[in-house]
Amino acid sequence: MIQRTHSPLAVVGKTIQMLLLLAYALFALFPLLWMVIMSLKPDSQMLTTTFIFTPTLENYATVLRSDYTRFFFNNLIVSVAAVLVSLVVGVPAAYALARFQFKLKEDIAFTILSFRFATEILVILPLYLIYQRLGLYDTYLGLIWVYQLITLPLLIWILRGFFEDISPDIEAAAQLDGYSWWRVFLQVLLPLVKPGLVAAGLLCFIFAWNAFTFPLLLSNNVQTSTVIALRYLASDTVHYGQVAAAAAISALPEVVLALLIQKHLVRGLSFGAVKG
Amino acid sequence: MSTTVASTPNRPTGQPLPDSSQSTEAAAYARRRRFRPYLVLAPAMVLTIGIFIPFFAAIYLSFTDYSLNSSDSSLIGFDNYVSMFQNADFWHSLWITIQYAFFCTTVEMLLGMGVALLLNEENFLSRFLRIVLIFPLMIAPVIGTLIWKLMTNPSVGILRQPMEMLGLGDFKWGASPDTAMFSLVVVDAWVYTPFVIILILAGLRSLPRSPYEAALIDGGSPWFVFKNLTLPMLAPVLLITLVFRLMLSLQEFSIIFALTEGGPGDSTMTLSLQAYNRAFPFYGLAEAIPMMLFLWALVYLVSFILIGFWRRAQQRAAGFA
Repeated sequence: MIQRTHSPLAVVGKTIQMLLLLAYALFALFPLLWMVIMSLKPDSQMLTTTFIFTPTLENYATVLRSDYTRFFFNNLIVSVAAVLVSLVVGVPAAYALARFQFKLKEDIAFTILSFRFATEILVILPLYLIYQRLGLYDTYLGLIWVYQLITLPLLIWILRGFFEDISPDIEAAAQLDGYSWWRVFLQVLLPLVKPGLVAAGLLCFIFAWNAFTFPLLLSNNVQTSTVIALRYLASDTVHYGQVAAAAAISALPEVVLALLIQKHLVRGLSFGAVKG
Repeated sequence: MSTTVASTPNRPTGQPLPDSSQSTEAAAYARRRRFRPYLVLAPAMVLTIGIFIPFFAAIYLSFTDYSLNSSDSSLIGFDNYVSMFQNADFWHSLWITIQYAFFCTTVEMLLGMGVALLLNEENFLSRFLRIVLIFPLMIAPVIGTLIWKLMTNPSVGILRQPMEMLGLGDFKWGASPDTAMFSLVVVDAWVYTPFVIILILAGLRSLPRSPYEAALIDGGSPWFVFKNLTLPMLAPVLLITLVFRLMLSLQEFSIIFALTEGGPGDSTMTLSLQAYNRAFPFYGLAEAIPMMLFLWALVYLVSFILIGFWRRAQQRAAGFA
């Protein structure tokens, strides 16, 4: 191995590998960098310069003073609430699917998973009519409910894997000590799956925050920032710097959250099919 | 998915606790235990199935002439389905949908595989990239599309100058029917290639070492080792990644909606966009639903077949360890 890395051919090979990787890194990361650059550029220099300009926070100030703040908080309310609802109903469900043996177990698990891959427009079309009749159209509650299709399958499938990693002996021991099932669950098991719980919750939040089709078609006034950011570009007088600032405000919190859950990301993204 | 379940030690069910002496108490306990799983699962099922009751309403609506701008509707049998199959727009959109899914999935799988193999090496660039690569995946696809829309904008876009240098000064990206599909694939690949990379990289890192040591002793070429060891052992991960990407790219809505809205003309009008257009701006709900039911059936057929391959690949890969 050591001899191979020092031969001239191997050095050329390594260099080519690095260049290819750099090319991909440029493709993947430059758009984000450019978004930040655009968001700091004043309108007057938008068309004349590329990289050299006098940076300003004016675009951010304008966006934050506009309605966008309200839509940002809408998104926050709906996404956080959706994750909380998913946690309350999903954690026990994940536990049941990990520990208990019962009829139809795998069928139920796959049914829950299939909700994540449901054809969104197909769900929305009838839901649009029913929401309007029930008064759920354009409400927080309506969005929080339909977001369960995004957050709940994800949460249940990730947490199921984490519960399976815990030895059943720990529970049995606590139960023999005379604790009730609920106390064992709350005081022994939940602390043990806490890292998984945090990772799954954050990943669910990210996906809820990113939701586009559901809020676009099932809400109007109670709109989320993800949908509104797109409308910024469609408006008549386009301020490109503000579009970029709106995009950055929507994207940056997620970049931070993503770093926090890196360790558990593979398991989350593959619904436990690949254990990273 | 099923294999991780099968290997799990499960608590025996229906057995009374050792210290429960009274038989009635034990019976009550066993009964509680039998129903507890369903009880615990019930809220999750109610919440999600509640959303799916409309699904059956949708099937009913597809047999009516219901539309959003008229109050009365009547049953018209299979008319909506018949007219869908006779409609050239449907076949066009189906073809566009298949093209979109095929191009995106192919590009992302090949690019993702290549980058994952490069990232599996230990150097500072790999270590850095493994952390930051997830960014495009974590931000909303529409926000990513928005950035690309700005980058390809003819007046402020950063891509104009490099394209001019390549002699492609009049490249119109999403604004021309000839390049719209290409532009969509670029954006889709930007958003989802990191997903493929992350999964394949995790697969590569969990491969057993011993087969490689044996191959090293035998002196196999790198290509031989890749083809005969890495690929078959990695096949389950590759297949599950393919399933996820294919399922979601067949149904992609937000990227296309944000970049081209199905246009110019109908050059990128996938089934999802077609159904959206019929249902919302033109009130043809009953026309849109059969299209989406067709797409749903297509997605399930494709994933059902691939999951079968995945199960078999898992068994084969288990033989290597």
